[in-house]
Amino acid sequence: MGSLAGSADDARRVLATMWTIRRFEEAVDEMFARGLLYGTMHLSIGQEASATGACLALRDDDVITSTHRGHGHCIAKGADLGRMMAELLARDSGYCRGRGGSMHIADVSKGNLGANGIVAGGIPIAVGAGLALKLQGTDRVALSFFGDGATSEGAFHESVNLAAIWDLPVVFVCENNHYGMSMSVEEVSRLERVADRAAGYGIPGVTVDGNDVQAVHDAATEAVATARAGRGPTLIEAITYRWKGHSKSDQNLYRTREEIESWRERDPIDRFEQAVLEAKTLDEDDIKQARDQARDAVRDAVRTGQSGPPPSTDLLGAVYAPSEVDALTVASLGPPAEAGAPTAAGGSGPVAAAAGARGEAEAP
Amino acid sequence: MTATEAGVETLTFAEAVRAALTEAMEADERVFVLGEDIGVYGGAFGVTTGMLDRFGAERIRDTPIAEEAIVGAAVGAALCGMRPVAEMQFSDFTAHAMDQLVNQAAKVWFMLGGAVSVPMVVRLPFGSGTGAAAQHSQSQEAWYAHTPGLKVVMPSNPADAKGLLHAAILDPNPVVFMEHKLLYRTAWGPVPTGSDPIPLGVAAVPREGGDLTIVATGIMVSRALTAAEELAGAGIEATVVDPRTLKPLDEATILERVRATGRVLLVQEAPRSGGFMAEIAARISESDTVYYLEAPVRRLSGLDAPIPYNPDLEKASVPQVPDIVRAARELAEAG
Repeated sequence: MGSLAGSADDARRVLATMWTIRRFEEAVDEMFARGLLYGTMHLSIGQEASATGACLALRDDDVITSTHRGHGHCIAKGADLGRMMAELLARDSGYCRGRGGSMHIADVSKGNLGANGIVAGGIPIAVGAGLALKLQGTDRVALSFFGDGATSEGAFHESVNLAAIWDLPVVFVCENNHYGMSMSVEEVSRLERVADRAAGYGIPGVTVDGNDVQAVHDAATEAVATARAGRGPTLIEAITYRWKGHSKSDQNLYRTREEIESWRERDPIDRFEQAVLEAKTLDEDDIKQARDQARDAVRDAVRTGQSGPPPSTDLLGAVYAPSEVDALTVASLGPPAEAGAPTAAGGSGPVAAAAGARGEAEAP
Repeated sequence: MTATEAGVETLTFAEAVRAALTEAMEADERVFVLGEDIGVYGGAFGVTTGMLDRFGAERIRDTPIAEEAIVGAAVGAALCGMRPVAEMQFSDFTAHAMDQLVNQAAKVWFMLGGAVSVPMVVRLPFGSGTGAAAQHSQSQEAWYAHTPGLKVVMPSNPADAKGLLHAAILDPNPVVFMEHKLLYRTAWGPVPTGSDPIPLGVAAVPREGGDLTIVATGIMVSRALTAAEELAGAGIEATVVDPRTLKPLDEATILERVRATGRVLLVQEAPRSGGFMAEIAARISESDTVYYLEAPVRRLSGLDAPIPYNPDLEKASVPQVPDIVRAARELAEAG
């Protein structure tokens, strides 16, 4: 496995993704504070390395399931920032047409089966995705992100076990940010490490520094290769920390200012920049450029989002898929995305065609 | 092969379900079945008997006892282009799987803005009458019908079981397919040999009569038909309406028949409070059909109590043929 910091191309990609996540989350935080956003938000500032390192180990045609804290996963899997922001702004041009919001953004054209408002809700879905990809005779892989809190759910146990006994091509990535809302991970388990649970399912478990994008990427690359080769799932625990509260209601009563500060000093982006500078693959100007580009992309996304039309008010017409919807699934992507990935915005691929058909189906 | 060209064979309810599964799997390689003990064992009620030999362990997939993972795996597989049919060994066990069914499967199409659909079926053996007591005997259709995004199907005879299951498997939405356990072996009858689906949302009217309308679901349909024969002997002619699917509901046919007879008896096995027949009663009362009523709407339901073990008590917990006859006579004479 190569060093990400040691390759200019990889270093640019990693920096672009991590800075885009950071700037996106900061923008959301600010817009929320200014009363421009409705509902609630779960920000992943401080956790950029796990989303970035894990998704970088995937092919475009691999799939992921995400969590309530899912903006980073979404961005790392290649989502369109404008459509993400449009969704947060509850516009028709948003990924969910304004019906899902922050907790339900999905981009099936990029293999993102969705964030999830239910803790551990995406884990069984990833196992089913892995089952489908295996039954279809592909070498595609499903990767499931979830938090430390999810490992106390029965769904986690049932799902990891199922993937294990069926040797499914699934990678379980636990982003251990130390707290399930306010509950410390140390208080909910007698195990020292979440990865220790893997032994209970007879699969490999590995704990990595989740603020080290290289470590996450290395572990994910190995797990993905194992899954792709038909040798079953791996549980990866990426130790990280969320700088912000759980959601907008969080007053941080369960942790100290010092603890938060100590983790800010372990900033995953700063660490990667230092590694890049030490490797001399990029210089300060390149890094500044990555930051500026991320900032500009997020600004554009906010503008795009704000200019989106209001959502359709036909809610009853949106509950059931019309009977002509058949191939409107990730599988309809056909060959791997490298062979010409249809983009969310358009393109001529089957998903774009299906999106057109969907539009017609919903037209009055 | 269309229905008119198709032959007819006599099948039990269980055989009809198996026929639909088998035909669907032969026609579409995306269709597969997963559940507990569905392989060598053939399923707790024998529905999948022989299918393992025919299709192999990849497509007749025995699972651990893990209902949430079973339904969740079906959701994920459906999202990725398969057409899974999940079997819950008993309907009651769906309580373990409600997150995946209610929070995930039912909501994905809506919540994700129509980006991806969830074409899956969850088969649920349900109902009382087998001595299995409170945790293996429930009729929970109202749970599912109360969840936007799910379709709810409840066939009452083998032909409908087969045709409706074909439609459920073809449907792009998650469908809860409720099979009354007592029907598996006791219900048998002519079933078309073709694979024609019976559209969801179309009620059947297996009996016509001018004196009252009985709307019944699941096994209550056959009990209502038996009761109707008895009533005919007493000079009371009943129409029997079988909605067949609760979601979508063929409200028009129900209301039309109620208007035609002016009297309506609603019969369900499920407990009374919050039951699906309360919904039908409400639809009648909030439409102008209410003006056609010559007597108040009458409901027969299971007791608002768990199903007991004792066979006499179990029987007394849910409507039986004599209960329907008695209620219908009272209704016919009322007003």
